[in-house]
Order: sequence, then C-alpha cells, then structure tokens
Amino acid sequence: MSSELLEVQKLEKSFDGIRALAGFSCSLRQGEILGLIGPNGAGKTTLLNVISGFLTPESGKAMFQGMNLLGVPSHKIAKTGITRTFQNLRLVRQLSVLDNVLLSFRDQLGERLGNVFFRWKTSKEQEAANQEEALLLLDEAGLFEKANDPAENLSYGQQKLLSLVCCLAAKGDLLLLDEPVAGIAPEMIENILGIIRDLPIKGKSVILIEHNLDAVMQVCDRVIFMDAGAKVSEGSPEEVRNDPKVIEAYLD
Amino acid sequence: MEYILHILILIGIYIILSISLNLIAGYTGLLSIAHAAFYGIGAYVAALMALNLHSPFLVNIVCAIILSGLLGAMVGIPSLRIRDDYFVIATFAFQVISFSILNNWVSFTGGPMGLPGIPQPTIFGLTISSHLGFLLLIGFFCALIFWLSHRIVQSPFGRVLKAIREDEVFAQAAGKNVAAFKVLVFVIGAGMAAIAGVMYVYYISFIDPSSFTVMESIFIISVVIVGGAGSLWGPVIGAVVLVVLPELLRFIGLPSFVAANVRQILYGGLLVAFMMWRPHGFLGKYAFQSGEARE
Repeated sequence: MSSELLEVQKLEKSFDGIRALAGFSCSLRQGEILGLIGPNGAGKTTLLNVISGFLTPESGKAMFQGMNLLGVPSHKIAKTGITRTFQNLRLVRQLSVLDNVLLSFRDQLGERLGNVFFRWKTSKEQEAANQEEALLLLDEAGLFEKANDPAENLSYGQQKLLSLVCCLAAKGDLLLLDEPVAGIAPEMIENILGIIRDLPIKGKSVILIEHNLDAVMQVCDRVIFMDAGAKVSEGSPEEVRNDPKVIEAYLD
Repeated sequence: MEYILHILILIGIYIILSISLNLIAGYTGLLSIAHAAFYGIGAYVAALMALNLHSPFLVNIVCAIILSGLLGAMVGIPSLRIRDDYFVIATFAFQVISFSILNNWVSFTGGPMGLPGIPQPTIFGLTISSHLGFLLLIGFFCALIFWLSHRIVQSPFGRVLKAIREDEVFAQAAGKNVAAFKVLVFVIGAGMAAIAGVMYVYYISFIDPSSFTVMESIFIISVVIVGGAGSLWGPVIGAVVLVVLPELLRFIGLPSFVAANVRQILYGGLLVAFMMWRPHGFLGKYAFQSGEARE
C-alpha cells in the first residue's frame, strides 16, 4: 500500500446531522487521474475540503505521501504538494493575472518580512525567476497577452484556466480540481482538458470533480461515483458509465 | 510662518498615522478602529519615559515602537481569529479600554489633566526646539515610513497582504499563513503609529488623553479613505486635504465655537460624499470594502 500517493479511509463528516461523507475511502496512485462524479450534495467538494485541510472530519484517516493530513491547517497542507482549485472560482480579482500566478509559488523568500528589508537582493532574484516561470506558464496556457490585466477582466473560462495555471505554479504533486470546466465554452474546455491530460506525464496526480461526464470520460483513468457521502461505483470510465446504479442516478 | 510650519508638522504626523493604518486597513483589508490607541500609547510611553527616567529621545522612540508593537500583537493575535465586523468591534473595545486607562490612571498618566513639561528632544547632542527643527525631524520620519511602506507593498510580502484583502481562502489555499501575515502587519502598523505619537508629544510638549479618542481613530480612517485606501500616495494626499481644509475655515471668520462644529460637519459630509461618489478615495484603485462585499 505504500505505493499509494494519497490514501483516505473511512472519512466521516456531517453538517447539521446530514452525512456529507459517510465512511468514504479511496486511494490514488502517482500519475493517476481520478474522476469524482455524483449528484449535487454527494460529498465530492467536502472530500476535497477535507484533503486540503479546509475541513476536519469527525473521524477517518487521510495520508499523503505517508504523512497525516487531518488536523493540519490548510496553508501547511498547501506546502506539502497538494494544491487545489475552487468550484466557485477563487482568484485575487483586482490583482493582475501575473500576480495571481506569482502568489501561487510556494516558499517565497520575499514573503518573509525580514527579507523585505534585509535580503532584498536574494528575494529579488527569486522573484525574477518566478516571474519568468510564471510568464512561461501563462504563455503555454495562452494567457500571456493578459498577464498584466486585472484577473477580473478575464472571461469566466479564462479565469478557470488561470486558476489551473496557479495550481501548476504551485508545483504540487497532487492537484484537486473542483469543476474546472463547468460552464465554459467548448474551445476552452478542450484547452483545459489538454492541460489536465498532460499532468501525469509530469508525474502529477489529479482528483477531478466534474459534472461534465464527457470531460470525465476523456481524461480520467479511473472514476468514482459518489452519492450521499459514500462510494457507489468505482472502475474505469467505461465500467462506471455502464453501471446500472449510475445510469439510474443520472436519469433521475 | 510659524503657523504654516505648524500645519505642515500636523500634516506630517497624520501622514505617518494614515500610512500605517493604510497598511492594515487599505492593503490588508482589516478595518481597525484602534489606531488612535497605538498613537496614544507611543505618545505616553515617550512622555512618561522622558519625564520620569529622563531618557534620551532615541531610546524613548525605540521603546515606544516596541511597546506599541507588542500591544499590537496582544490585541492582534486573539482578535484576528475573528473576522470582519467582529474584528472591528474587538479593535473598538481596545480603543475604548486604552482611553479609559489613560484617562483614569491618574497617578501614572496624570489622568484628564495630562502631563505637562515634556522636555525638548535631543538627538546626537542637537536639541530641537524650533518649529523648523520639528518639521525636519517629522519629515525624516515621514520619509522613512513612506519608504518602509513602499518596500512592503512592492514586495511579495505585500502581494500576500493584498491577496488577503481580496480572498483569504485563496491565500490560504496558496499556502500562505493568513493569520501570521495579519498579525505581522497589525504589529508593524501599531509600531509606526507609535512614532507619530512620539513626534506629537515632543512637539506639543504636553499630553492628555483627549487626543487619542475613538474620534481620532475615525479621523485617521477618514484620511485613509479620502486619500485612497490601498494606494501609496493616497494617505499623503488625504492627510494634506483633511488637515488643511478645516484650517481654511479660520479665514472665513466664523466664531471659534461655530468653526469647531462646522469642522465636524465637514468631516461627516466629506466621508459620506466619498463613500457615495468616490469610494476609492482620490488615488486608490480599490473601493474600501467590508468582508461581506468580498464574498
């Protein structure tokens, strides 16, 4: 089992008596893209919030690279190599596109107050290197032209793309993507899925929540269908798609 | 001439206060109503040390900054765990408590009677006694504070502050220890406000608690808002406008008791007008916003 990148076991989390996670377990190998599908309120986002430290479950276990995740503050988890996007798109809208990417780099010397005054030069060098890398990432994503615009001036699809670029800048091993292609134009969906599809080549793993089943089928190695906080079906995209329980749920 | 120098000195003091509050409220989005308290703490530390210990100016200013910063941490650590409106109320409480202590601990602070006879500051054997001397001294500290604030907001550290103002959750998810950044900026702001207090007390050579009331905090907030929250030069412009404007009332020949009230009306009117028509202030790029507006 030690080859698993992420392992969660028997997670329990309730909100006002409703079990958002009801003994949920799953694991993820390195370089794997795992799709999470299921109706609204199935507990998919709750799972991401638990893994990224924004919620603490009542019980269960979550290990990432052999390290316990539960009870660890989200900003510390974000430094272990887990990075995420949000369903309701979180960006610093009034700052530039470039600044948003720059913010996402971890362990910046210039973010320590002492270095603002005393090691100005060293932190400047790191900042310059980060900037170069950020521009490269934006260029690859097709956002280079927008680098100096405020993030709020981007279209909705471009903002979703930007939040993915921010995840790449964080250089995490595990990306938790919450509906990265919901509500955006088909060309942009292709663009974003293309980036996600290439992640395993770079050694990265992904947990992808998405209602767009076509997208899930295209990029995922494995799919879990969740309902009422529990795993209902698991397998290859084909298997899950043909599972009668899943068909029934999506026909409702 | 002295009158003009006096106005310039006052502007300098308010520039220091508003730049420091701008770091807390403008860049980081933490609306603190306790700024006058830190201003007062700096002033009282310097006054009490100068009167009781006869310690030199430079020692007093360093102690004032450190003590005010420590108190900033003491207030900041618990109150920054709570958010938005509750934070405002917590800082308000600190402001009221500090004023009460200054006003009621008569044996130590002199109470409402204040502390007279604060000696003139001596720096490297040079005694500052003229208005011009004070203006140069305050000008130096204004420049220093401006430079520090410039450094901070241009740095990656400052970028995190702006991110916190806009979206704490994003900052947290990007691996930033949001609580630590908030406490740090609060401590820096408190330390800077203490410098303004020290300047004030040496300049006036008398101190009483009435200079450090909630109204004073609100006045500093007004300076930041009118100048432009979250902009480097905004607080400077705000300080010039809000210090000079009421002085102009003197020249239209109103009796002093009327002028005092007109001044209050003017502040109130200005604030309302800015909130309605120009929420970014003169120079700000960002509207001053509460946490709910951010969500």
